[in-house]
Amino acid sequence: MSILINKDTRLLVQGITGREGLFHASQMLDYGTKIVAGVTPGKGGDWVLDGKVPVFDTVEQAMAATGANCSVLFVPAKYSADAMLEAADAEVPLLVCISEGIPVQDMIMVRRYLDQARVRLVGPNCPGLLTPGECKVGIIPGHIADPGAIGVVSRSGTLTYEVLYALQRRGLGVSTCVGIGGDPVNGTTFLDVLGMFEADARTESVVLIGEIGGTDEERAADYIGEHMTKPVVSFIAGQTAPPGRRMGHAGAIIEGGSGLASDKIEALESVGVSVATNPEAIPELLI
Amino acid sequence: MKLHEYQSKQLFSQHGIPIPRGRVAMTASEARSIAEELGGRAVIKAQVLVGGRGKAGGIRLADSPEEAEELATQVLGMRIKGLPVRKVLVDEAAEIQTEIYLAVTNDRAARLPVLIASTAGGVEIEEVARRDPGKLSRVWVDPFLGLREYQARNLAASMELPRQLWSEFAHIAGGLFKTFLGTDATLAEINPLVITKASHLLALDGKIVLDDNALFRHPELAEWRDVDEEAPAEREARKYGLSYVKLDGDIGCMVNGAGLAMATMDVIKSLGGEPANFLDVGGGAPAEKVAAALQIILSDPNVRSVMLNIFGGITRCDEVARGILIALEGVKREVPMVIRLVGTNELEGRQILAEADLPTAATLSEAAELAIAASRVRAVR
Repeated sequence: MSILINKDTRLLVQGITGREGLFHASQMLDYGTKIVAGVTPGKGGDWVLDGKVPVFDTVEQAMAATGANCSVLFVPAKYSADAMLEAADAEVPLLVCISEGIPVQDMIMVRRYLDQARVRLVGPNCPGLLTPGECKVGIIPGHIADPGAIGVVSRSGTLTYEVLYALQRRGLGVSTCVGIGGDPVNGTTFLDVLGMFEADARTESVVLIGEIGGTDEERAADYIGEHMTKPVVSFIAGQTAPPGRRMGHAGAIIEGGSGLASDKIEALESVGVSVATNPEAIPELLI
Repeated sequence: MKLHEYQSKQLFSQHGIPIPRGRVAMTASEARSIAEELGGRAVIKAQVLVGGRGKAGGIRLADSPEEAEELATQVLGMRIKGLPVRKVLVDEAAEIQTEIYLAVTNDRAARLPVLIASTAGGVEIEEVARRDPGKLSRVWVDPFLGLREYQARNLAASMELPRQLWSEFAHIAGGLFKTFLGTDATLAEINPLVITKASHLLALDGKIVLDDNALFRHPELAEWRDVDEEAPAEREARKYGLSYVKLDGDIGCMVNGAGLAMATMDVIKSLGGEPANFLDVGGGAPAEKVAAALQIILSDPNVRSVMLNIFGGITRCDEVARGILIALEGVKREVPMVIRLVGTNELEGRQILAEADLPTAATLSEAAELAIAASRVRAVR
């Protein structure tokens, strides 16, 4: 078992003919992900990746022809809201949006709509999902994680890779890795993923990688205290970040005294979560 | 992107929010003639993009055009929190009865825009939120419905605003919400919104923060960016699409990815060093960006060593290493550097760098320790 994606995932790639979309589609295909279709408006009828993947003009057409059950978006930020709404209306149940730089107001509107349509979104501004040995949806390098029993959930990209790689070097495998993204308004939160890991038979423990900004880690701590039976360990980035400055990610900003790393660490430690001071030290907390 | 008070109030006015008469001046004599137009009495307000102008003496009341010129001369010569004052807003002086706070921002937890109002206006709202959260009233807005009139009325009622001002208040709240939506702001704030002695509402001060990710929809507002207010290094970073934040330490950092960049700073600090900056060089670390980033880091005279932390991921480390060497060709290497490369072909990558006499490290901690040691050697010398 795993969460969100597995060997039965039938993937649609929105923006498949773009530079990023095509490159990562080929990486996903090499990993073993079943890519059933691509969508680029105006390119319908083409075939890409050595004739393995058909391209459609619209998500609706792609769904009718292939019955995909997940869509990953490599669509420029200014068109991302439209692409997510298109996928939701075509009844794709799971969307993974990699795109960075989507306006907050677009995300507020999209999230409201997806909630009503009961469509799950992971991201945006995220590296996607990886169930080692089965399926990769997004841009997480496949070779840095082996199958195993640790669930990983993170707001970051390369920091997640750092942790995956550290786990691999210590011989620790991963059930599923979920990048929820670094934007202030996103689809799937720590709470959602913690609940899925708690319910997943394969996952035995969880690594939660947070960062400054917002209060998601504090709410995750409340949830862990009340509902989690599986051990959770953590790293929170941004302990040295100054207030009021956006640290790269749109969501990584300490505002009006909230979003501090120290508050998040305190909240997590208060419910028994071990918090590492260095991402490379995470594996030691799990052994 | 932050807007100046005068820019924010201009946008408020376009959305039907009453603001004081007044204009912006670049010189003291301009300030004098504006004060004459306003009938003599005027407020001279420094236009800088930092808080605490009032406490710093950047807001002054003049009783005559002559005094306006004199005070504008003083204010235009000031630096507030390090920023030179290059413009003043000359506004009609208002007769104030009560000060109110009114703002629209996004509530991250609720994932909705929220209107916040308080009768404790004029002061830092974060202070009110901490000390007396009961004094804040809030209404959340459904993006598909917009702000409804009853919601504004609810706010007015919970603030115990006099009934005869409710319709004026609803009009202003509606205008502020439209400003917020229409400009893709992340904050639109009137502080204070005053009840004048004549019992009308007037937006005395304003602040708008725009969503940088949405500026493509507002080219006319993007042009309002005040480059004088940006540090040169930050302006340069923006040009190359780099995220750079200067800090007070002496170890320059260049990292791919924002989360890893923060984590790198944290590790340096936990081992006893002080990071000089946050810098996210982006995915794959292409040569031209690495070169630009290095120039920016080295432009900070406090930097005594530089640490590069690149997680190769899908990009091959040998390619990254070659890119770094190309990038370094045009840069003077007087400051010691430590490079950590991880990912596909990392051994080959490290080999390439070692042959070019660049110290490399295998782990984050090792790289941080080497960078800290290098910074101290130089400091002693």
